[in-house]
Amino acid sequence: MTDYVPPLRDIRFVLDQLVDIGGLAKLEAYHHADPETAFGLIEESGRFMAEVVGPLNRVGDVAGSTLDGDGKVTTPRGFTEAYRRYVAAGWAAVPFPPEFGGGGFPWLIAVAMQEMMTSACMAFSLCPLLTQGAIDMLVQHGSPAQQATFLEKMVSGEWTGTMNLTEPQAGSDLGAVRTKAVPAGDGTWRITGQKIFITYGEHDLADNIIHLVLARVPEAPPGTKGISCFIVPKYLVNEDGSLGARNDLRCVSVEHKLGVHASPTCVMSYGDAGGAVGYLVGETNQGMRYMFTMMNTARLSVGLQGLSIAERAYQDALRYAQERRQGRAAGSPAGEQPPIVEHPDVRRMLLTMKAYIEAMRAVLYTNAVSIDLARYHHDPAEREARRELVELLTPISKAWCTDVGFDVASIGLQVHGGIGYVEETGAAQYLRDGRIPPIYEGTNGIQAIDLIARKVPMRGGGVVTDLLTQMDLLDRELAAAGPELAGMRAALANGVSAAREATDWLLSRGLAEPSDALAGATPYLRLLGLVIGGWLLARSALAASRLLRSADGSDAVFLREKIDTACFYTEQLLPQAAGLLPAVIAGAGPLYRVDLSTAALG
Amino acid sequence: MNIVVCVKQVPDTALERKLKPGDATLDRAAVDGLINELDEYAIEEGLRIAEAQRDAGADAEVTILTMGPEKAAESIRKALSMGADKAVHLVDDGLAGSDALSTSYALAKVLSGAGFDLVICGSESTDARMGVMAAMLAERLGVPQLSLASKVDTDGSVIRVRRATDEGYDEAEASLPAVISVVEKINEPRYPSFKGIMAAKKKPVATLSLADAGIEPDAVGLLSAATEVVDFAERPPRQAGTIVKDEGDGGVKIAEFLAGQKFI
Ligand SMILES: Cc1cc2nc3c(=O)[nH]c(=O)nc-3n(C[C@H](O)[C@H](O)[C@H](O)COP(=O)(O)OP(=O)(O)OC[C@H]3O[C@@H](n4cnc5c(N)ncnc54)[C@H](O)[C@@H]3O)c2cc1C
Repeated sequence: MTDYVPPLRDIRFVLDQLVDIGGLAKLEAYHHADPETAFGLIEESGRFMAEVVGPLNRVGDVAGSTLDGDGKVTTPRGFTEAYRRYVAAGWAAVPFPPEFGGGGFPWLIAVAMQEMMTSACMAFSLCPLLTQGAIDMLVQHGSPAQQATFLEKMVSGEWTGTMNLTEPQAGSDLGAVRTKAVPAGDGTWRITGQKIFITYGEHDLADNIIHLVLARVPEAPPGTKGISCFIVPKYLVNEDGSLGARNDLRCVSVEHKLGVHASPTCVMSYGDAGGAVGYLVGETNQGMRYMFTMMNTARLSVGLQGLSIAERAYQDALRYAQERRQGRAAGSPAGEQPPIVEHPDVRRMLLTMKAYIEAMRAVLYTNAVSIDLARYHHDPAEREARRELVELLTPISKAWCTDVGFDVASIGLQVHGGIGYVEETGAAQYLRDGRIPPIYEGTNGIQAIDLIARKVPMRGGGVVTDLLTQMDLLDRELAAAGPELAGMRAALANGVSAAREATDWLLSRGLAEPSDALAGATPYLRLLGLVIGGWLLARSALAASRLLRSADGSDAVFLREKIDTACFYTEQLLPQAAGLLPAVIAGAGPLYRVDLSTAALG
Repeated sequence: MNIVVCVKQVPDTALERKLKPGDATLDRAAVDGLINELDEYAIEEGLRIAEAQRDAGADAEVTILTMGPEKAAESIRKALSMGADKAVHLVDDGLAGSDALSTSYALAKVLSGAGFDLVICGSESTDARMGVMAAMLAERLGVPQLSLASKVDTDGSVIRVRRATDEGYDEAEASLPAVISVVEKINEPRYPSFKGIMAAKKKPVATLSLADAGIEPDAVGLLSAATEVVDFAERPPRQAGTIVKDEGDGGVKIAEFLAGQKFI
């Protein structure tokens, strides 16, 4: 594993040229976030992540977090110190509201910082990530008293947060949650039940852990309509803000798992001694509704993990390919082994990684800036358009980027050959760590269903078709840009036309026969992700070719490569979109012809 | 206590550095500039001394002093975001090409104009690697110099440093005002924090021209430099190493090699 180098140049390009960070700073809410300040923060936090957090990645993978007999979880060596410094530097607070001690910066900036933290050490980054989810929940739905008690310490990172949703019988289907909450008569509640797979449910990084727990109150309606959300702190908090009694909850086991070893995945037991003290968030039976309001940012952050892992895998693969000598370069004399980067097949692997990374970054940052614009743009029509875009992009950011991120990690391992399969290179760790993002925070299958069942039907399909129309309009600009970008035009047009056909089919078929639409959900999500990625890279190439006219030195090299990478993506990766169309529109029939329900083994 | 830290912006050592063919000066525009690494330790030490002074009830202020082109403002901002209170930026086209001697003259002018109790320098810069600035400044300012400090203590009137030697360490002591230079063993420089970066935007940076600082234009710049780069050549490409086959005498051959290079 080599050192992580924050990809500041591409991040800056995307911020300036693709998502217009300058425009964002013109909004009243973000006057303080001018591009120079914002980029200064990104640069410094990137240096911190690379130098302080980065070295933990391998250590954490090898040692893992461990549970002792008393229910105490110890993180790997170096984690507590790095986390202390992370809190002291104030990075945790950057995007949160100033009234709770936050920096009030755009979500876009937080996402850029999160990308780098996650690349540096994904297992470390999960602790702030889960805290972020809990903060979002309390900012939006907590009472003023709850906010006063908990938020400031969570925003600073001094206390961490968790999300306790999953139970053995309730994974994708949270309606099956059984954890109980009963009123204690004094306004508080008593929680009993077991939660599984709770990320950083117990650890030694912070003084207190604020658990958000989904549970059912007496006589709650069945299913998702009967879920309530509770704050259940590890230590109760006294009136004066100091820590009081230990609450009746504990970590009973820590999972042994494929990746993110340093992130403790806990089985949590609530109320073994009569009931853990809990405080109701908002109203009873509204828990699922509240979850939905924080889901967009959480899912975007998980999508980002796909990008972060891919970036780190690419950096290692590239350096390895420049050093490892093997084989014979076409046309060169025998006897001298060239670095493998000279072989066309290895170049294809590396360029595929690079192109997907740039496409993912474009999609994710577009999603992030749309969150900011949906909140704070002065024009209500623009706010609404951005809100719709966030809704549409979120499942794509989450699922497409985590699937592609894993694919890229796998290519990175392939570039290494046999040594990649050996742990010490780190390539194997990226593959293992990169395998969880497609599963948690709503499996990618669930994301695809969300896309076709909730998002595509928005405004009778208008949101997707508006986006596709916007993509068509880019063609005129590409044509005007001259022969260099000409090759993109046909490729993009083909991709958009496949997306349109798939969308039209889903819209008509989805109403008539939902199971046919559900059968095409996953290939459709991939198709749409590929096409949106291509469209955004084409826009990037346009911007780069404009800038190139007055650039020189290393800037010119960067811009040239930006264009060439975008051409590679649109001309060689994007055509897969059309290939996915048959799977989207095949319907459920072919999937049920083989009788898997009762199929016997052997 | 008035602490001044001298901070130089240098080209990123990770990148290829080039001399300009015309006047054999460093092409500073072509590469990204960074705070000279050892100066980060100097800033950190200045901040620590100021914090200790304040904890003891005394006033203390850390000023960054930088001579360099406009671009050096980035490094000044960074030093301020680490926690320094204010900065002085000596910037003038007439300074381009100054050598160590004329630089020390210019910096000393600013220092004696503004006043100081303690001047802290990194012990050398990664670009010029002369390692003489603290000595030259002390000489020009007529104050004691304590060089290569790996540990510093001060009560506000006396300063004591520790300096590593081959056998152990020396301790040296001087009365303030004084100039010290520090080595990287002295501390671990802090990272700028979110709050520090935001606060730095509002901290005062005074820009001085030659005239503002009372510096004689003839005494600085390329033409007045006492040293001159007469010629330079690109670094030759790295030579292939020598491969020694171990035929039972590998140890002896390694020892002979090391002895030949005067390592042992
Ligand atoms: C490392 C790790 C960390 C985690 N962290 C947390 C945490 O902090 N908090 C928390 O609450 N949970 C956490 N989880 C749990 C995670 O969110 C769940 O594992 C995930 O939601 C899937 O639920 P499940 O495991 O029960 O799988 P299931 O729901 O049983 O899914 C199995 C398969 O069936 C598919 N499937 C299920 N239902 C449908 C359907 N209706 N239509 C089509 N396909 C379907 C799924 O896509 C999947 O492929 C974590 C899990 C792991 C492994």
